[in-house]
Amino acid sequence: MNSPLIQARGLIKRFGDFTAVDGIDVDVRAGEAFGFLGPNGAGKSSTMRMIGCVSPPSEGELRILGMDPRRDGPRIRARLGVCPQLDNLDTELTVRENLTTYARFFGIPRKVARARAAELLEFVQLSERADSKVDPLSGGMKRRLTIARALVNEPDLVLLDEPTTGLDPQARHLVWERLFRLKQQGVTLVLTTHYMDEAEQLCDRLVVMDGGRIVAEGSPRELIERYSTREVVELRFTTDEQGTYAEKLAGMADRIEVLPDRVLMYVADGDDALAEVHRRSLSPSSALVRRSSLEDVFLHLTGRTLVD
Amino acid sequence: MTASAYVLEYHLVNYRRTWRASALSTLVLPLLTMLGFGIGVGGYVTAGVDGVDYLDWLVPGLIASAAVQTAIGESTWPVLSYFEWLKVYFAQAAAPLRVADIVTGHLAFMLFRVLLSAGAFLLVAAFFGTLHSLWAVAVLPISALTGLAVAAPVMAYSASVTSDSYLAILMRFAVLPMSLFSGVFFPIESLGLLRWVAYVLPLWHGVDLSRAATLGVSPGWDGLWQLLYLLGWGAAGWSLAVRRFGKRLVV
Ligand SMILES: Nc1ncnc2c1ncn2[C@@H]1O[C@H](COP(=O)(O)OP(=O)(O)OP(=O)(O)O)[C@@H](O)[C@H]1O
Ligand SMILES: [Mg+2]
Repeated sequence: MNSPLIQARGLIKRFGDFTAVDGIDVDVRAGEAFGFLGPNGAGKSSTMRMIGCVSPPSEGELRILGMDPRRDGPRIRARLGVCPQLDNLDTELTVRENLTTYARFFGIPRKVARARAAELLEFVQLSERADSKVDPLSGGMKRRLTIARALVNEPDLVLLDEPTTGLDPQARHLVWERLFRLKQQGVTLVLTTHYMDEAEQLCDRLVVMDGGRIVAEGSPRELIERYSTREVVELRFTTDEQGTYAEKLAGMADRIEVLPDRVLMYVADGDDALAEVHRRSLSPSSALVRRSSLEDVFLHLTGRTLVD
Repeated sequence: MTASAYVLEYHLVNYRRTWRASALSTLVLPLLTMLGFGIGVGGYVTAGVDGVDYLDWLVPGLIASAAVQTAIGESTWPVLSYFEWLKVYFAQAAAPLRVADIVTGHLAFMLFRVLLSAGAFLLVAAFFGTLHSLWAVAVLPISALTGLAVAAPVMAYSASVTSDSYLAILMRFAVLPMSLFSGVFFPIESLGLLRWVAYVLPLWHGVDLSRAATLGVSPGWDGLWQLLYLLGWGAAGWSLAVRRFGKRLVV
């Protein structure tokens, strides 16, 4: 019962000489929302494709729903829902047909497929577009339709590769809200993202990936506590040389991070730190105190920001 | 098996959108061809071939040729676009289908289209009174088999290329010579050594078998070998296609 839905040990994916996923260990338990957070090329999609049983692992152990993807691909896929990074909806079919024809691949009877398509279109708020073609739909609508299609077989495990990349804020919130509802219904979600707010909103637990490896693991809160401070002060100075201020600020923060356009001070109390900055008349052109986020965790772990 | 039936069903649903236009051209093409050849060319070629009216001799070749044209049309651009642009195969690969189901289901749809073309042509040919025997109905399974012998390997080819300029190469260097040198328009005996093109490629065998059927002539044991030869092309093509599809879909 409590055995993990996904269990990976030393999982490796190579493309020729290139190692895209370099020995990762992952456990995803039933009912949780699990995230892979990482920048471009981290190996998130490669991992998701191995979990989705469309890409054989090069090395290591992988078990999905207690089965071996190398042997039981179709049986595992029958219980998965997959929302790939790039929508591969059928642009020649209608919105509804996209769901009903896909349902047939799972051996779902036509009548059930039609009923379920109607329910799912309701769920992703596309009912009024049911008989329209896919092409004229907006990016957000297509994404929601892809998510609906991933749910057509009532999967135990839903894989979402960057579910909201490229969507405007409103469309993103709608997707988040639907995914949150799924999670409440007890569906296990595995998603990738390079948005920390998405990870914070949706994930119970996540791993941070970089260069094919897992560099940290935990709940969003744990990661922030472990790798960052409670608050961050962002300072911008008028000079081009943000770096020259690093020395002057040293000692006032647990840690200083110099970015091309700003300096970050990692502190327990942001307002105190900012007051101290002003007391020493360092006079930044702008200053912002905020709570620490996964972005800071990522910056600390890899020395880079998530979205360049 | 059932899984490939689901894939076939998908292609049929997709076809429902365009079937009217496609059915029309399926009928108009043989009509125009018959009129063109019957009235136009038939007027000049009065000698006949092997003691048969030229038109009656020609028609089974045209049917086999139409079957192959349809098979090639369905196994080239659609396959390329399902990989490159529409990504249909990738969506199917994420469902509980095996690569072999994806290939077999699509191939079954291609044969359905081949049967429609051959059937329409056969009807028109019957209407023009060019069929000499009830054996003419055998043209349908022969067309399907010839279609399979061509569609399966071409499908493997289309799955191996990423640009349609390679499809144009296939058309120019394989399909065109095959259409010209497969005894559709004139007996291959007049080809000299070139008749080996006919023996090796699938079309001539389909033409020869169809001709035997519509003229009501027994193909003899050669006929059996020809059927097996076509089946061989189909089986080899299918297994190659499954491998090529696997290379693209499972990476
Ligand atoms: N089929 C392939 N052949 C060769 N290299 C590949 C293939 N697929 C992925 N890669 C490489 O593997 C690395 C990891 O790619 P992957 O798509 O898993 O990253 P990602 O974390 O999903 O990135 P993104 O955020 O851009 O989607 C990249 O360098 C990519 O170029
Ligand atoms: Mg990716």
